[in-house]
Amino acid sequence: MTTWIFRRLIQAIFVVLAMTVIVFIGVNVIGDPVEILISPQADQAERARAVIALGLDRPLWEQYGRFLWNAVQGDLGKSFVFNEPALRLIAQRMPATMELAVTAVLLSIVLGIPLGLYAGLRPNSFAGRSIMAGSIFGFSLPSFWVGLMLIMVFAVQLGWLPSTGRGQTATLFGVQWSFLTRDGLAHMLMPALNLSLGNIALVLRLTRAGARENMPMDYVKFARAKGLSPVRVVFVHVMKNITIPIVTVIGLEFGSTVAFAVVTESVFAWPGMGKLIIDSINVLDRPVIVAYLMMIVFLFITINLLVDLLYTVLDPRVRLESRE
Amino acid sequence: MSTTAGIAREETPFRRFTSEFAESPLAVLGLVIVVIVAVLALAAPFITPQNPYDLAQLDIMDGRLAPGSKSMDGLVFWLGTDDQGRDMLSGIIYGLRISLGVGVGSAIIAGVIGSALGLAAAYFGGKVETAIMRLVDLQLSFPAILVALMILAVLGKGVLNVMLALVLVEWARYARTARGAALVERRREYIEAAECLALPRWRLLAFHLLPNCMPPLIVIGTIQIARAITLEATLSFLGLGVPITEPSLGLLIANGYQYMLSGKYWISFYPGIALLVTIIAINLVGDQLRDVLNPRLKR
Amino acid sequence: MSHTLTVEGLATHFHTRAGVVKAVDGVSFHVDRGEVLGLVGESGSGKTVTGFSLIGLVEPPGRIAAGRILFHGQDITALPEEELRQLRGNRIAMIFQDPMMTLNPVLRIDTQMMETVHAHAKVSNAEARARSRDALGMVGIPSPEERLSAYPHQFSGGMRQRVAIAIALLHRPELIIADEPTTALDVTIQAQILAEVQKLAREHGTALIWITHDLSVVAGLADRIAVMYAGRIVETGAVVDVLDAPLHPYTAGLIGSVPSRNKRGTRLRQIPGMTPQLINLPAGCAFRTRCASATAECEADPPETFPAFGRAVRCFHQQAEAS
Repeated sequence: MTTWIFRRLIQAIFVVLAMTVIVFIGVNVIGDPVEILISPQADQAERARAVIALGLDRPLWEQYGRFLWNAVQGDLGKSFVFNEPALRLIAQRMPATMELAVTAVLLSIVLGIPLGLYAGLRPNSFAGRSIMAGSIFGFSLPSFWVGLMLIMVFAVQLGWLPSTGRGQTATLFGVQWSFLTRDGLAHMLMPALNLSLGNIALVLRLTRAGARENMPMDYVKFARAKGLSPVRVVFVHVMKNITIPIVTVIGLEFGSTVAFAVVTESVFAWPGMGKLIIDSINVLDRPVIVAYLMMIVFLFITINLLVDLLYTVLDPRVRLESRE
Repeated sequence: MSTTAGIAREETPFRRFTSEFAESPLAVLGLVIVVIVAVLALAAPFITPQNPYDLAQLDIMDGRLAPGSKSMDGLVFWLGTDDQGRDMLSGIIYGLRISLGVGVGSAIIAGVIGSALGLAAAYFGGKVETAIMRLVDLQLSFPAILVALMILAVLGKGVLNVMLALVLVEWARYARTARGAALVERRREYIEAAECLALPRWRLLAFHLLPNCMPPLIVIGTIQIARAITLEATLSFLGLGVPITEPSLGLLIANGYQYMLSGKYWISFYPGIALLVTIIAINLVGDQLRDVLNPRLKR
Repeated sequence: MSHTLTVEGLATHFHTRAGVVKAVDGVSFHVDRGEVLGLVGESGSGKTVTGFSLIGLVEPPGRIAAGRILFHGQDITALPEEELRQLRGNRIAMIFQDPMMTLNPVLRIDTQMMETVHAHAKVSNAEARARSRDALGMVGIPSPEERLSAYPHQFSGGMRQRVAIAIALLHRPELIIADEPTTALDVTIQAQILAEVQKLAREHGTALIWITHDLSVVAGLADRIAVMYAGRIVETGAVVDVLDAPLHPYTAGLIGSVPSRNKRGTRLRQIPGMTPQLINLPAGCAFRTRCASATAECEADPPETFPAFGRAVRCFHQQAEAS
C-alpha cells in the first residue's frame, strides 16, 4: 500500500513537471516572452532592462530552471494590474471559488442521486422517463445561457433572488465565506445550481445506470430472499455498490467544476479566481494567468491522487488487492 | 454475415440506414432543423433584412427596440434590436453563420487530425501508440474549457485562435475513437488480404482501414460539432472568442447581458434560443446516428 | 395431514411485448417436513421461476397468474408484501445457484448475516453476531469468528455457498428452496455441500426443494422427484421408482442421456432437438416434437394419470415399466 501511494506520488510529480514545461513553452516559445512577462505599458529601455533582469537572454533550459525554482518557492511573478504577487491574488480569490464548487458538487449529489435512483428503479414510469429526458438538457445546454435565464426568471422577473455578487460574508479561519450568512447563501444558490447542472445530469445518469445494472443481480434477489425490507435492499445493498463509481466520478469532476466556475463566475459576477482569470486575460495580466494555470493543474493532480486513495478505501476488492 | 448479405440484396445499406434513422420522429425533426439552420447560415446575405456588419445600415436611434417595433424607414424588427440598432433577426442569422462555421470547421479539422493519429496508433502500435495515447489521456484529463482558456491566454483572441483552441480540445476524442475502431478492424481478414497485396501503408490506412472506422467517427463528429458550438459560444460570451465586429451567437448573448437586468430580455434571449435549438437538434441527430450505426445494438 | 408446502395449479406468466411467456403453467406438488423433493428439468423448463414463485420474488413483467401456494395450509400468493417478507429468510429460505453472485461484494459477511437476523428477530447486535457465528460453524466454516469480518471475495466458491447456506439456516426455516446450489462448484465440493445440507435438513426436519438439472444429484439426495418440462411437471414419484422405471418418454430420455458406469460400452441416448420456446406455446404435449412415441393424439393436452401409488405422469404413451 505504501509503495503504491509512493508510486502514485512520483507519477503525480511527473505530471506537474510536464505541465510546467507545457506552460513554460506556451509562454516563452509560442508566445513572445517579453510581451507576456513585461507590462505592455513599458518603454524600450525598460524592456531591455527587463529582458536582462528576467534572464530572457539566457538559454532556454536555464530559463526553465529559474522558472521552476521560483515556482517551487511560490513566486510566479507580480500582477501588472494589482502590483501584487500573482499567487497571493489567486489565493485570495480561491475561497469564493471553492465554496461555489463544493456547493455545486453537494447539490449534484443531493439532487442527482435521488433522481437517478428513481429513474433507475422505475425506468418505464412517466417520471422516470421525464427525468432522463431532462438530464439531456443538463448536458447539452450551454451553462452560461442557463445562468442568464436563471437571472432573468428568478432575479429580474420574480425578484426572489439577488442576481450577482457574493452578498454578505462572514469570517471563518480568517477567510470570508458566503455560506455562513443568509444573504450569502441567497447569493450563492443560483450560481451553485448553474454550476452543478452538468454534474447533476452526470450523477443522475451514473446512479440510474448503476441501479439498472445492480437491481437484476443475484445479490439483490438474495437480499430480498433473506427477508430484508425494500428500503434496506436499495439503500444499503444497491447504494453501496453504486456509490463507488459515483464517488470516483464526482471526485474527478471536482477539478472540472472548479475550471468551469470561470463561466458561472462571469455570469453571476462572483468574485472568485475564475472571474480573476477572465479579467486578467482581457487585460493581458500574464503572471496571473500563468499562476492560475499552474494552480489549477496542481489542484487537478492533487484531486486525482485523492480520488485514487478514496477509491481504495471504499472498494474492499481494490483495497485488499493493493495491500497484498 | 450471410443474413446481412441477404438483406442487403433486397435493400441498399443506405436505404436501410435512412429507414432506421427515420424510426425516431424526434431525430427527423432534429435533422430538419439542422438543415434549416444550415441553409439559413449559408444564405444569410440573401435573406436577412439587414446586413448587421454594415455600420452604414445601422441607426443608433433604433437601439434596443422591442420585438415587433418599426424603424424610421419602416423596417420591422421582428426580434427587436440591440444597443447598436442592429436587427436581432439579421444578427442571429449572421451569428449562426459564424457559430456553425467555427464549430463545423474545427470539428472537421480536429476529426482529420485526430482520426489520422488514432489510426496510426492502432496500426503501428508500440511506441507510436504509447506516445499518442498518453497525449490523448493527458488531454482528456483536463476539462475542455481549461485547455481552451490556456490556449487563448497564450495566443490571444480571434476567430483563428478560437478554432485552433477547439481543434486542440477536440482531436483527442477522435483519436481515441478511431484507435478503438481500428483495433477491431485491423484484425479482420480484409486488412490481412490488403497487406498481402503489399499495398503502400498510407493506401491501406486511408482506403481500407479508415472507411470501415467511419461510423463511430461520424457519430462523435456530430456530437463534437454541438460541443464545439457550445464551447465557442461560451468563449465568446466570456469575451475571449470572436471579435466584436463579427459577433457569433455567444457574443450576441454577451452583448445583451447588461440590458437583461433592465428587462430588455430579447437582446440575449433570442440568440440564446437560436443557439439552444441548434445544439439540441444536432444532439438529437447524433443520438439517433449512434443508435443506428452502433453494431452492438443490431439484432 | 397438512404438508409443509402444497402447490396447486401454479402458473407464472411473463407478459412481454412479443407475447405471454408461460414459464410455469399449472404446476402442482407438495413437500413434507424432513423431506427432500428434487425438482428436475433442463434450463428453461421453468424450475427456477417455480422456486422464485414460492417465495413471492417473481419480478415484473412476470406474475403469478393462477394457482395456490399453501404454506402450512395458508395461501401465500394472497399475502400482502410485508407478511411475505416476514416469511422470507425466516420460515422459507432460498439458496441460489451461483455463490459468486449471491453475496453482496462490497458488504462484509457479518453485515450480510446480521441484517438477516435483525430482519426477523429483535435481538442485540451481540446476539445477532453470535447467531451468525454459530451458523457459520454449523456449515463447516473454520474459525467462523475471524471469517465474519471478511469480504465475500476472500472466500472460495464452495465457502461462499456455505455462507449462503448458513444465512439460509439462520432462522431454522421450515422450508428451504435450493436452486442448483452446487452446479457452479467442483465435484468434490459439491459432494461435501450435499452431505452437509442433507444432514442439516434431517436434523432440523426442514422440508427441502432441490432444484437441479442433474439427475445424479437427485438420485443421491432426494426422496421424491418431480420432472419439469416446458413449464409443467410431466412426472412425479419416489426417486427410486422414477429413476428405475420412468413412465414419461422425457424422463426416460433424461435418464438415458446420463453417462454412467453401468452403461459403459453402450451408446448414450440423446434427446433430439431443443427445449421449446415458451412464448405462445401451442396446446398439447410440449414434448411431442422431440418424442419418438408421439402421435396425432399428443396434440391434445395429456391428462394427469396416477399409474401407481405416489406417482403421477402426463403422457398418452407411457413407457413400458421395464425399459
